Amino acid sequence: MHDVTTIDAPSSIAGAAYIVAALLFIMSLAGLSKHETSRAGVGYGIAGMAIALVATVWATFAGAWGSPTVTLGAVLLVVAVIVGAAIGLWRARVVEMTGMPELIALLHSFVGLAAVLVGWNGALASPHLTGALLDIHHAEVFIGVFIGAVTFTGSIVAFLKLSARMSSAPLMLPGKNALNLGALVAFVALTVWYVITPELWLLVVVTALALALGWHLVASIGGGDMPVVISMLNSYSGWAAAAAGFLLNNDLLIVTGALVGSSGAYLSYIMCKAMNRSFISVIAGGFGIAAPTSSGEVEGETREITVEEAAEMLRDASSVIITPGYGMAVAQAQYPVAELTAKLRERGAEVRFGIHPVAGRLPGHMNVLLAEAKVPYDVVEEMDEINDDFAATAVVLVIGANDTVNPAAAEDPGSPIAGMPVLRVWEAGNVIVFKRSMAAGYAGVANPLFTRDNTRMLFGDAKQRVEDILKAL
Amino acid sequence: MSRIGIVTEPPPETRVAATPATVKQLISLGYDVVVEAGAGAASSFPDDAYAAAGATIGTASDALASAIVLKVNAPTDEEIAALAPGTTIVGLLAPAFKPELLAALAERGVTALAMDAVPRISRAQSMDVLSSMANIAGYRAVVEAAHEFGRFFTGQVTAAGKVPPAKVLVAGAGVAGLAAIGAASSLGAIVRATDPRPEVADQVKSIGGEYLKVEVEVEQSTDGYAKATSEAYDRRAAEIYSEQAADVDIIVTTALIPGRPAPKLITAADVASMKSGSVIVDMAAGMGGNVEGSVAGERIVTPNGVVILGYTDLASRLPTQASQLYGTNVVNLLKLLTPGKDGELVLDFDDVVQRSVTVARGGDVTWPPPPVQVSAAPAASASPAGAGGPDASAPEPKRPMSPVRRVVLIAIGIAALFAVNAVAPPPLPQHFTVLVLAVIVGFYVIGKVAHALHTPLMSVTNAISGIIVVGAMVQITSDVLVVQILAAIAVLLASINIFGGFAVTRRMLAMFSQGTASKGQAADRA
Repeated sequence: MHDVTTIDAPSSIAGAAYIVAALLFIMSLAGLSKHETSRAGVGYGIAGMAIALVATVWATFAGAWGSPTVTLGAVLLVVAVIVGAAIGLWRARVVEMTGMPELIALLHSFVGLAAVLVGWNGALASPHLTGALLDIHHAEVFIGVFIGAVTFTGSIVAFLKLSARMSSAPLMLPGKNALNLGALVAFVALTVWYVITPELWLLVVVTALALALGWHLVASIGGGDMPVVISMLNSYSGWAAAAAGFLLNNDLLIVTGALVGSSGAYLSYIMCKAMNRSFISVIAGGFGIAAPTSSGEVEGETREITVEEAAEMLRDASSVIITPGYGMAVAQAQYPVAELTAKLRERGAEVRFGIHPVAGRLPGHMNVLLAEAKVPYDVVEEMDEINDDFAATAVVLVIGANDTVNPAAAEDPGSPIAGMPVLRVWEAGNVIVFKRSMAAGYAGVANPLFTRDNTRMLFGDAKQRVEDILKAL
Repeated sequence: MSRIGIVTEPPPETRVAATPATVKQLISLGYDVVVEAGAGAASSFPDDAYAAAGATIGTASDALASAIVLKVNAPTDEEIAALAPGTTIVGLLAPAFKPELLAALAERGVTALAMDAVPRISRAQSMDVLSSMANIAGYRAVVEAAHEFGRFFTGQVTAAGKVPPAKVLVAGAGVAGLAAIGAASSLGAIVRATDPRPEVADQVKSIGGEYLKVEVEVEQSTDGYAKATSEAYDRRAAEIYSEQAADVDIIVTTALIPGRPAPKLITAADVASMKSGSVIVDMAAGMGGNVEGSVAGERIVTPNGVVILGYTDLASRLPTQASQLYGTNVVNLLKLLTPGKDGELVLDFDDVVQRSVTVARGGDVTWPPPPVQVSAAPAASASPAGAGGPDASAPEPKRPMSPVRRVVLIAIGIAALFAVNAVAPPPLPQHFTVLVLAVIVGFYVIGKVAHALHTPLMSVTNAISGIIVVGAMVQITSDVLVVQILAAIAVLLASINIFGGFAVTRRMLAMFSQGTASKGQAADRA
């Protein structure tokens, strides 16, 4: 009888194909780290995936040919791939660039759910193993299901928060750290139990436990920290795939999962440094504590500016820096902003963009939006490149950014975001803040920038306001 | 509340450090103002006007005995001797050229603020006396040239015949150069201008000049001045000057390089090639001159009848205007130094402007200040504001783990890996090998990822993590129906991931490469 869960030696050709695929995936990630090679990188990734899929299909069906379940399996496979591909391609085509974070979060959840299902299958299809190997198999099932389930609900919560279907404020359950830690301890205990007496209800319990943990982990994190969360979930989805690789004795899954897992973790680490957060506390989901809901009140008077005055100010400015934030994405203002940039540059003004590493809801979110609107990327600079230039800049336009330009982070040691590196826009000659209302930012922290002497507020929809300025110019 | 003293500048200086209008502003900052009798006479500001503005009229010693003394030029030795220690003196001190003056001021124990040391940053523009004086001097240079020139500037067709317009060449399109271009073109002349910085072409055009481009690459300096330029450039520029000298009627040269003698732009041969009656105004004469044969402060007539003006006091030749602008620059500086508007002068050395202008304090010479970056060049971290400014409050980076602890942790990790692999039955050790190597490769492979590519990278890794489909596929031929169905669902989910992830990444990258297309144009500008 054919053993579906332990294809010990998927024919040597498939094994060779897996090595090639793994190599292509590595080249793909390497390519993606530079603009020049990024497109080739995607090509490598697609080629690797195609090779891996063809080899797997071939090895699976060639090995199992003749068994009565093959026909049904083949039909299911083809239908599932076609339906999945259709949905995937459709979503990819219609997604707005501003909706990117939601889409990616949702895609992470699919990987998580798939990992859970693969784990369950590993348990349901009895593996014909004995002794230590059987125990290990049981442990692998549990680990795979656990990581997959945490990824699944975590990504779902991230998706809900990003698409504003759920409050972005961090969930504050009493003793949240104890809850997280308790869940981990319970997981270890259940795993041991399951290894000794493999009962199905234990698997149900651990799945439910992991789903709850994933939910709680991400729900406790404030919306402002979402870029790190997304990248962290990306890492988790990789580990889920690697765990499935252990379960199925499949090196390709292990290699690929570990690649994604470690690169995702590294990316999270980069972002944590940018936000001055502890990497460990992010992975543990505990850093939502750092953003207590302090009062959104801003002390002092804010001063408004009219569109005409703003246009006048820009007309006279020789140097302008635009610091966009999530608000630009929400208002879809990237096109008029790009047009404004072109217009000011035509007039001879030096216009640049200052991008905070965590601006938006996804790492590099702003760069994608600006690229979409065809802003040349050599005027788009990172925080470290541009931060010392604000003092010599005539006008800064803050479009839909709040926490990333909050002087409290640099100046008020008592602020919840103290120590987070921010764009020092307040050093510029004039700051115009585009804002819908006086609400506090995602982190729920008051922003003293709005009451500075050199700050003027321009309330209203960012897109509308930028277009008005264009008209006035 | 402190007292400000305004003294009469010794001749030939005609300017004065405060006008009745700026005296009013000084008083509104909380100061008392004493003006030496007759201080404004050369600038057409009578004592009555100062008195009406609220100042007290006194003697020179009254003014010099004030807590703050405002001057235009550097103080004379007698004036320094009359200053009480602790006095603050403001003026054009030329700290780079007069170390002995700084030493004398420091020795006297006074605080010296050099108006000509204001850094060229946007925030300090309102105090930038070099710009405001250069503006006046540029205008006056054209007026002096017109005075010497025997013809109209503008072209006319009259009943008495046709008059061709004068041709003017302005060398250097800085503030003075632009003012000269503007003045000459508004008189009707044909104006051409040269400058090593090609980006000023639009400014030249905007005030009516024609920019003569020197087709050689040149670097933008970081302090807002043009840099000393390369040989190839000099050669081509010299050719242009020779061509132009033979053609134009008037040349105004404004080229200065900070801290160095002025570059020689117009040679004796160029001057000799000019038409008789032509006029050259060498605004850099005081710094060695841009024109061969110019003499600082003198009017020279060459054998072929070309007049070379080397006046160094062009701004003082417009004393009323110059005093007004200088006075306003001084008021703006004092506004910065009097945050409380209470007549108490406070010097904050963490502020780059205040640090830069202060050339002597508390017995020490404090020139030169730490460098200031004003342009977008790669920022040196030597920002003088760093000492206590907002950026200083950024916390120290987290203390790295102590080496001992790190070594112990690594050792524990490796030992654990060893232990697991030593006892684990095959194929586990092989899997661990693969896992560990892949983790390390993953870290290194994206080590230097460009920030802008974070999103595409993430969506590609997301697509790649859809590799879980392989796991589901091998299960789909199971003989358990439930397993088959669950596997099919997993395949479907993972397929969405794979196809969606790759497709969306391609879409994003396509946008980035469109950005590249316009990059060339941006690079031209930069």
